[in-house]
Amino acid sequence: MDVLYTIFSPKLMSQIFVGLSRTVILFIVASGLSLILGVLRIPNIWHGSLYMVGAFMTFTISGAFGGGSVGFWMALILAPLGVAFVSLIAERSFFQHLYEREHLMLLLLTFAFSLVFGDLVKMVWGMEYKSVPVPRIFQGSIHLFGGLPFPRYNVFLLVIGPVVAVALWLIVNKTKVGKISRAAAVDREMVGAVGINVSWVFAFVFMIGCLLAGLGGALVAPTVNVSLGMDHTLIMEAFLIVIIGGLGNIWGALLGALIFGLAQSLGILIWPQFGIVFPYAAVIVVLLLRPTGLLKSTW
Amino acid sequence: MLKNTLEGKGRIVGGAVIVLLFLFPLFLPRFYIYLVSIILLTGLLATSLNLPLGYGGIFQFHHAVFYGVGAYGAALTITKSGLSPWFGFVVAPLTAALLSLIMGLICIRLSKLYFGMLQISLGSLVWIIVYRWYSFTGGDNGIHGIPVPNVISSPNSAYYFTLLVTLLSLWALYKIINSPFGSALQGIRDNPVRSAMIGINVKLHQLVVLVIAGFFAGVAGSLFIVVDTAVFPDMLFWTLSLEVLIMCLLGGWFTFLGPMLGAAITIFMRTFVSGFTDYWTLPLGILMMLVIFFLPNGILGYIEEKLHGSLIEQTVKE
Repeated sequence: MDVLYTIFSPKLMSQIFVGLSRTVILFIVASGLSLILGVLRIPNIWHGSLYMVGAFMTFTISGAFGGGSVGFWMALILAPLGVAFVSLIAERSFFQHLYEREHLMLLLLTFAFSLVFGDLVKMVWGMEYKSVPVPRIFQGSIHLFGGLPFPRYNVFLLVIGPVVAVALWLIVNKTKVGKISRAAAVDREMVGAVGINVSWVFAFVFMIGCLLAGLGGALVAPTVNVSLGMDHTLIMEAFLIVIIGGLGNIWGALLGALIFGLAQSLGILIWPQFGIVFPYAAVIVVLLLRPTGLLKSTW
Repeated sequence: MLKNTLEGKGRIVGGAVIVLLFLFPLFLPRFYIYLVSIILLTGLLATSLNLPLGYGGIFQFHHAVFYGVGAYGAALTITKSGLSPWFGFVVAPLTAALLSLIMGLICIRLSKLYFGMLQISLGSLVWIIVYRWYSFTGGDNGIHGIPVPNVISSPNSAYYFTLLVTLLSLWALYKIINSPFGSALQGIRDNPVRSAMIGINVKLHQLVVLVIAGFFAGVAGSLFIVVDTAVFPDMLFWTLSLEVLIMCLLGGWFTFLGPMLGAAITIFMRTFVSGFTDYWTLPLGILMMLVIFFLPNGILGYIEEKLHGSLIEQTVKE
């Protein structure tokens, strides 16, 4: 019993739960990225900026509604929608003209967008840190195994994660537009030939993917300092997750996010200074064993 | 005949530019000497990226890692080993080339986008180690005040050293591109299957070109130490890699001197725009969009196209 207690110590358990809450954020952002990569073949670096914009919008919207619980819930709905709207405009006016071009051009176009949006966020929200209050019902902590405190907000995140995963799975697999988008990912011309307006299907998929980036930003906002540059490390992590999971595979994104989130939180236990190295090392190990990702890629 | 006179003109212009570069320290203020040095070494970095990217068709997304590792290799050799500082300039490109070989061996199994993304992940691992290993690399502070050899420590001599090494490296890169190896490389870019059919070892060629590119990125990294006497982890962050990609695209990634031109434009823009406003990535992003939509072959690519076009017209007239 003692051995078991040493292995599953409260400290370990609480680190696991911290890792899982991180996993939820990573999964939500990475699944959007994966969706866009799988269907549209765009390596969307702009995704990170949209995540940041989502977080800043959450700050503004929750402030506009008085900063209380109502503000938070409104922000959680409106911020992702706002991000989705911005992305739809960008897709219609820029991206859709480049689908026939090389991936490299698309990659650089999304990078150009992230450069522009980095400055736009600086113009609109300034250089300072912003903080978003945790809504009242999620303030405080619950007590887990052996009395270690675990923030209520993280419990909320752990609930939201599976909800988003299932919703996304339903959209992709059970709705008509989801089925069309999966078909278009395989053979765009054929789908066009049977009389479907592929262009708008792509716009829809792009918008849903970016909405997820905004949602990730809105959800993370109460737990971190909302700041410029929060997009830079996150987008890299999201890319790695998508790669180890298999491009375009939603469950792969979930698996990748789990590996990434847990490797990070457990790595901190093992070697505090280099805790952040562990997920990257895990990525390398996965890629050495399976260069095209753990689950089947849609490419 | 016409082509010869055109090449002759190109030589005269090129020679004039080089003479001008050597004369700069005589009349330009110190700040501009520093700026030109930075442009030269960044241009070398971009040109070395263009070797696998433009000529090899390999998606080298994280090129800055070799630049940064070269710079850290030189800096650590100079500050920690106690050997002659010159030794650092030998270590820098070799470390970068070695890392390039290791990463290349891992990534080469994949192609195109997968290659690029695996490279970004490996590069991020290197970045995070450099960023975190305070006792060895100085962590996010980097290493400052690196003692470079006295001969090249004054601004002007640092400039001449940078200029000489850059010109030599460019010459070597030019020779590589115009060698049979370079032709094979471009053949692989245009049609890998056919190249394999006529007996070219595709993967080996790609691996060699990656190592060469890593080597010259390391050279550029060691030059940064000469000019700035400092290294910091941002030098191997992925945003720099994409900025260098932008330089290649901006100048023209199917031309030899395009990346150098792209580097010059980007760095001039950054320096002067950030002189009067905090926002400099916004204009860079907009410029980038314009290039992607209207000049997909870059500025030099466009000029070459025009010249070439007029060349054909003239020949027809004759």
